[in-house]
This record gives sequence, structure tokens and C-alpha cells, in this order.
Amino acid sequence: MLLIDCPVCGQRSEDEFRCAGQAHLVRPGPPDAVTDEAWSAYLYQRTNLKGVSAERWLHEFGCRRWFNILRDTLTHQILHVYPVTEARRPEETGGGE
Amino acid sequence: MTGWRHSSLGIIDRSRPISFRWEGRSYRGFRGDTLASALLANGVSIVGRSFKHHRPRGLLAAGLEEPSAIVQTGAGAKSLPNLRATEVDLVEGLEAHAVNAWPSVSTDVFASLGLMKRFIPAAFYYKTFMWPGWELFEPWIRRLAGLGQAPDQPDPDTYEHAHEHVDTLIIGAGVAGLQAALASIRSGAATLLIEHDAVAGGRALGAEQSLSGTPVGSWIAEALAEIDAAPHGRRLMRSTAIGLYDHGLAAIYERSDPAGPPGAQGSLRGRLWKIRARRIIVAAGAIERPLVFSGNDCPGVMLASAAETYLHRYGVVSGRRIVLAANNDRAYRAAFALNDAGAEIVAVLDARPEADIGLLEIARERFPVHPETLPLRVEGRDRVRAVRPARLDGSGAMASLSEEIACDTVLVSGGWTPSVHLHSHLGGRLRWDDMISSFVPVQPSDVLSVGEAAGEFADLGRIRPIVCVETPGGREEETAFVDLQNDVTLLDVRLAVRENFRSVEHLKRYTTLGMATDQGKTSNINGLAILAAELGRTPAEVGVTRFRPPYHPTPIGAFAGHRIGDTLRPRRRLAADAAHARMGARMEDYGHWSRPAFYPQARETEREAVHREVCAVRTAAGLFDASSLGKIEVIGPDAGLFLDRIYPGSMAAMKPGRCKYAVMLSEHGTILDDGVVARLDADRFLVGATSGNAEKVAAHLEDWLQCEWPELRVMTIDVTTDWAVMTISGPKARLILAQLGASIDVSREAFPHLSVREGSLLGVPCRIQRVSFTGEVSFEISIPWAYAEDLHSRLMASGASLGLIPVGIEAIMTLRIEKGFIHLGSETDGVTLPDDLGLSGLVSRRKADFVGKRSLSRPEALRQDRRQLVGLEALDGSAPPIGAHVVSDRPDSLRGGAHSEGWVTSSILSPTLSRGIALGLVEAGRSRHGEIVILRDGNRVLKARITPPGAYDPSGERMHD
Repeated sequence: MLLIDCPVCGQRSEDEFRCAGQAHLVRPGPPDAVTDEAWSAYLYQRTNLKGVSAERWLHEFGCRRWFNILRDTLTHQILHVYPVTEARRPEETGGGE
Repeated sequence: MTGWRHSSLGIIDRSRPISFRWEGRSYRGFRGDTLASALLANGVSIVGRSFKHHRPRGLLAAGLEEPSAIVQTGAGAKSLPNLRATEVDLVEGLEAHAVNAWPSVSTDVFASLGLMKRFIPAAFYYKTFMWPGWELFEPWIRRLAGLGQAPDQPDPDTYEHAHEHVDTLIIGAGVAGLQAALASIRSGAATLLIEHDAVAGGRALGAEQSLSGTPVGSWIAEALAEIDAAPHGRRLMRSTAIGLYDHGLAAIYERSDPAGPPGAQGSLRGRLWKIRARRIIVAAGAIERPLVFSGNDCPGVMLASAAETYLHRYGVVSGRRIVLAANNDRAYRAAFALNDAGAEIVAVLDARPEADIGLLEIARERFPVHPETLPLRVEGRDRVRAVRPARLDGSGAMASLSEEIACDTVLVSGGWTPSVHLHSHLGGRLRWDDMISSFVPVQPSDVLSVGEAAGEFADLGRIRPIVCVETPGGREEETAFVDLQNDVTLLDVRLAVRENFRSVEHLKRYTTLGMATDQGKTSNINGLAILAAELGRTPAEVGVTRFRPPYHPTPIGAFAGHRIGDTLRPRRRLAADAAHARMGARMEDYGHWSRPAFYPQARETEREAVHREVCAVRTAAGLFDASSLGKIEVIGPDAGLFLDRIYPGSMAAMKPGRCKYAVMLSEHGTILDDGVVARLDADRFLVGATSGNAEKVAAHLEDWLQCEWPELRVMTIDVTTDWAVMTISGPKARLILAQLGASIDVSREAFPHLSVREGSLLGVPCRIQRVSFTGEVSFEISIPWAYAEDLHSRLMASGASLGLIPVGIEAIMTLRIEKGFIHLGSETDGVTLPDDLGLSGLVSRRKADFVGKRSLSRPEALRQDRRQLVGLEALDGSAPPIGAHVVSDRPDSLRGGAHSEGWVTSSILSPTLSRGIALGLVEAGRSRHGEIVILRDGNRVLKARITPPGAYDPSGERMHD
């Protein structure tokens, strides 16, 4: 079980948190200009990569703040915890796409 | 009847005799014995019946790896199934019996299955009982094969959870673990040492060795004293690491001492520890492997190290005339020790050539040693009678058959397997080590394995990696057991390979090798060595099945801990809970909330009570506690803008003092929740959520606010339990409210439907909303949580003369179904869009964007045959069963024949209209009003007419009044 360094509360156990999947999804818009394919990709297609992945996490049973983490999906090592407003990190596998 | 108690050896307390019962007969042992050692000392040979063939089984091991001696202790609710006899502490009055044997372990009527064993190979049952259906045979077969019986009453004992943080966690208090603990403590680290056994020392316990010049017993005592004396040192005995998880988390199950002082621990049976450690050291030791030969499951065949443990620790000698069969040097220790204790070593069979046997000269002075020899088979049924050795050639095949050797015990050693399970739990890789013929951990990894768990053996010598004699005929393979717990034979493994199960994972699933309670602790390596030989590959290429937690069987109750019954989760009580109780409410759990379902009077049935409550709301007034409704305040200059982006309807344009019904959508366009949004002020909104969804809605708002639009000047506060809500509904509602003296004008003109007012009531602030879930004039009165009971009493006191009565959820649900109002989770599921429910009026066409907007114009959302909300009126006037399907006979190319076009979502017998009323979701339902359809529920079939939803007051005049 992960030990996550919440930016507000410090190191807490994973069961206080909720993971909401891939971070840095860009919401396409305005709706009139978005094709069905592009919208479907935004809703459903995820990279599910093996390597360093950027993820959205919520400290649900704590401060209720959202933040992003960089996690190696193979080793479960957490490389970095950063605000949701920050840009993608270069360490992310495939992050340059 | 061959095991016997030595007069002096062992570390049992001979001054404290203990009497116990095994299979209904009385025996005696000593404090410090296990059930296994006591049975062995009493000469009991058969301690179990095998899983599939009901063959008699004895003790193979002395520790947690024991595959055969599976017992059940106690009776009734306190009975414990599937314990290893080697782990059951002997306590006064212990009652134990073998599992999987009837009427008794020594005369098992199902033993005849054993005679048919050649006809019951791997997967026999599945292959044979296919027609007409496996499910017909399964219960009968399951009765024959199996383990202990689960108690049929609730567990009267308790379990608890505990948490700890340490610098260093050391798993295993053998010599390696003790050395690691001493080093850790001397470095100043907070250290926790855990040990599965009741005593520390591991395999060195009771052995006549010395460590750094000190006898091992004294060395262990001194180490423990130093650990116990250190303020930052601690140890837990009877505690097993069952799993290791990411970032240094260890799950540890601690068993209470059954012989502990009575009452000291209450009825606490065990404790599940969750320990976070900066560093984890695995000193879990190693497990000896048996050899594979015909009859190797016969009682009297035992691991060499187990015989040593029984001797050194319990003073029990395993037999009188003993043959040792081995492929390594260490096994000779057992022969020397047992010989010293007075047993005769009839012969030593060693797989290796003379040159490789390290202790050959010394051994030959005391007993005959036969190099390049292994047992081909054991003679005997309920006890070993003799062993038939075979000479091996250079390839390991049988060169010649030797003379039978009479004996009562065969000690076996096929080498040692490091306990790599915990290392593997964290994804640690393994490497095949030819020197010890086993897998060892690849280090460094997330944990540090030390001692034998790391594959460090000082005294194994040169191993010959042979586990069975290759015979030309192969007849022996039918009774040569690879996995004793699951009755998997050499034949089964070879059959699986012939049927092309070539992966070690497939082999496991097909033959069950390595499954069940012991998870192949003694059988895995032998199984994969045989598989590798069959495939002509090396064991390293074949690999090993993945080890997963738990390492050791753990009572389910330990995982539940205190979270059972009423403490499963918090039960949320309404602020006016006591008032409801006084009025005789039948309380039920709705989600986490305990709420009044209805208020039965005298001998009323539920239906009668609900009927009375519904009629009161339609004719006078009802008082409903709606306090559990979710309430989230959205505050800030951009609050209107934010809610415009969240909701499909327009919120920014709503005037203060007004409120509206709204649905909240996910980005997929589906309905997340519904409720009333009120604008209290220019920069303050109150978002209403359904009772079960308050947290979800609050989280949804925060997700969008924090992650998508952090620039908006908005904050949200979940005030669900700051405000209690009493809803008063019915034609007399206004009159009753007016008598209460609120500082708010409740007249028709001043307070129209869908508006909100703030003021004071009973001397405290209040908010009143005019919204209706019943179809009658309704006022939702919010008041600070602590005043709920007071408000409830005042309303009842002033309204009783006008016919006001309390009403519960069942009545409210009946009222809303009469009106055709949706209930989230009944009329919606994960795919319901607003238009499906006829709610497209809540979706703004003018707004450029809102959450879920784009999804409402996807092809799936525009399909003409989407299921739509309708009323369903059974032609016979009954209430159709909820869940009944609307069945069509129209041809369907995909499914063929009849198929479902939708279903009944809500249904009641309407007290107001005196007939059944139902709502449903039906394909293209809105264009089919008037059509007669077939409803089907199981075998029940009825006809119904599709109608618009909302049978009562369709124009809505009453609630607008």
C-alpha cells in the first residue's frame, strides 16, 4: 500500500486517498467544434503505460485537495508530487507527446 | 505405534502434564508440546486423511509447512477448522480431530477411493461429469473431497487491528533474525522482531550447537534479553507476516496464547497488525523438501529436519528403526541425533556418489550408507513397514533394485527451499541457484533477505538435484506424491505435461499442485523440477508460480477486526432520532442513514400505515424528516458562473430568493444526481443533493473547481449536517406553518412555488424552500441541526388538530411514484441521459458549454430507440413487480426471438387512485403511449398499458397552489 506525501497533510497511507487516473487530460472544446472521435478519445482513451505515469489523486479522507503524482507503475515508486496547475514533468514516460 | 518420548531431551515442561482428546480418545502430553509432538510421543501414526483419495497420512513436518496433519479443534461456535497439528499448542482439555475422515481417521469409509486412485487422475471429475451438467455432481464430489467444517454459528471470539511504525522490521527470530535484530538495536533504530512460533530460536532451538563459543540455548536467551531490555526494541511472538506491500507495509497476524492467563486477553483470538517500516529484513528461514517415491505419503515418512525438531524441542523420537534417504549433507544431522537418542539407523540411502558425501567416513562408523541409492517405494499401508531402495545410474535412472530394508520410519531430505514468499510479494525477482537446487531472492530489492531465506546454507554439502528415481515402467508414479495436501502424484504431473500444460502456472491450475492451505510449501520446487525434466528444460527456464499473500492461512475474522455487526460502519442518526422513536417509527437503514420508514399505529401492517400516511398528505398534511438531504453551499463572486458550467440548466440568471429543480451530469452526459438549487444571495447558492450522494456531489464540485477552473473565485462547503430539514406537505401545510410564528410571510402571493426564504424560527435562523416531491404544497424548513427535535415537536403540536401526522420514506416514495417523479437509482442507472427521463427542459440550448454537454449529441445519445421513462398500468389493476421486463416478440437479429425492451423501475399500489401504478424505462417509450405490452417477471406474465408517467394531478395544480 502506497505511502503518499500529500502536499497539505504530509505522508499518509494510500487508503485515505482516491486515484482518478491519468493526469493532464485536456478537455476539448468548445463542444460545437469537437468531433465525436475527439470527444470519445477524451472520455475513454487512456495511455495505461508501463513506466512513469502522471496521475490525479485526491486526499479524500483528509484535506480533500486534488494533486498530481508521478508514479512508476512498475515499481510503485513515487517520484514527485505536484499541484494540478503545474505543467507535465519531463520524467513522465511518453510525457512529451 | 512407533514414536516415543525420550527421557530427558527437549525443552518441554515435564512438571506440567496436560491431558487432551484426539479423535475421542484421551492422551497426555506436556506444556510446550504441540498437538503433533504429543500425538507422535503417544505413538499415534495416522493424523489425517488425504484430500482426494482419503489415504492415511502421518506427520511430514514439524512446522507451518505441514501439508497432511490438518485438524479441527473445539466444537460448536468456537470450533476451528483446518489447523496444522504442528501449530496447535497443547492446552488442558484440548479436543481435536482429523478433517476429511468419517467416521474416524483410522477407519475412514471413503478410503476405498484410494483403491480407485489410478482411475482418478488430474481433472478426472471435470472430464467425467460433464453430462448432463457439472453442477449436478459437484455437491456430491465436494462432500468427498475437502477439509474441515466451518462452524455454523457466528464466531464468538473477537479480533482487533493495530498499527505501528518502526525503523526496522525483522521477520523471523531464528539465529539470522536475532543477529539482525541485535545489529539493528545496537545501531539505535526502533526495531520490531516478529516470530511465527511461540518461542524464538527457530531451527536452532534445543540443538546441541554453539554460536560464537556460547551454547546456542544461552546465546538465544542472551539475545532476547538484550532486545527486551532495549527501550527501542520490541518483539511479537506467535505473529506471522502474511503479506508485504508497497512502501514498507507489512501485514502481521498475531495469535493470542491459548494457554495465556484466563481473562487477561478476554476472548481476543488474534490481532492484525499493519506495520510501516523504513526497512524490512526477511529472516524467514527455509523449508526442507521431501523426496518423491511410491508410498512417500505413508505415515512414518517424515522430513529429516522435522525429526530433529521433534527430538530437540519436544524430546520425541520419531521411530525405532529408521532409514534416512537424502541428497545432501545436512540430513545426516538427524541420523546422528536420533541415533544418539537411542533409535536404530538401519540404513542411509544417499542419491550422491561416494565422493560427494561429506560425512561419509563418520557416518559409516555408525550405520550402513548406500551411495547412489534412493527409495523406489515404501511398503506398508497405515505405517511404514519396509523400504525398497533402487540403485541409480549416472543419469538418475534406476540401475538395479536392492534388497528390501525393514524399518518403521523413513526420514527424507530432498534439499532446502529458501522462504522467498515475502520477497516475492513485493515483486522481488528470483534466481535459480544450482548449488542448492532452488530459487533464491535477487538482491538488492525492496526487502533484505538474510540467512537461509537468502539461500545461505553452510552445511548442505554438494547436493544431487534428484527428487525421484526414474523407473522404466513407471508403475510407481501412481502413488508417488508430489503434493501431499492436494493428492497430486507424479502421474498427474506427467499427464498434465502430456496434455500440453507446459507452463508452471497452467500445471498448478490443472493439477492443483501448490494450491490450498499450504500453498505448496513442501511441493512447489519438486513439482517444477519434475515438470522441467519432462519438458527437457532447466528449472530456471520453467520458473515458479507467483507467490501472493497471505503467506499463511489467516482467520477471516482477523481481516474484519472490530468491523462486524453494528460496528461494520458508522450508522448516521437523524437529529430528531429520539422524536421518531417516541412516535413509534420503524427505523431502517437507507444508505448510511437510519431513517423512519413508516410509523405504524397499534396493530397496523406496513401497508396499512403507509396507506394512512399517504392519505394524510393528500388530504391534510404530513411531516417528513428530510435532514439527510445533501446540502452544499457554493459561495463567491463566480458562484453563478461556476454552477452554469456544472449544471445543464441556467443558474447565473436565477434571481436571489428563487430555486429550481436540476440534474447534475457527468462528463458522459449521464445523470449523477438530482436536487434543488437555491440562490440565497448574489454570491451564495445552496446545492441540494440526494441523501446517498451528498459526499459524491461535494467531491464532484471540488474536482471541477480545483482541477479544471482553479481561477474561479468560488468555495464550496458541505453543510449537510449543519441543517436539519423538516418537510411539511399537504393542503394544510401553509396553515400549519403560519401558526408557527416564523419571521417569513408564507402567503401564496409572498412565497410562491420554487422560492426560498431566510428568516428566524424558534429564535434561531431558518431557511424555508417551497419545493415538492409529493405533488402537494410543501415547505422544506431548514433549522440548525441541534433544533431538529424541538422543531419536530412544535410542528406536531400545532399541526395535530389540522390532521398533521408524521410520515416515513415509504409514504414519500408512494407519493412521488403517483406523481411520476424520478428517484435517483430507481429510474436512473449508469447510462441514463436527461432526455430519457423527459427532462430535456432542464438542459439549456443557449449555453455554449457545461459538464457533459458534448456527450448529449453523441450518436449513442441520439438513438431513436433509447429507453425512455413511461408509466405502466397493469390491465388487471395490480402493481407490476419491480424489475419485470417489457418483453417483445419482435424479431431481433442479435438475440433472436423474445427480448427485453425495458423494465419496471418503480411500482406501488396507489392509495390515492386505488390501483397499481408503475414507472418504467421502455425503448422509445414516449412514442408508444397507449400501447399494450407484455410484462414478464420469472414465470409471471401480465399485460400493461404504456402511459405518460405521473398518474396523479398531471397538470401539477395542487403543488403550485
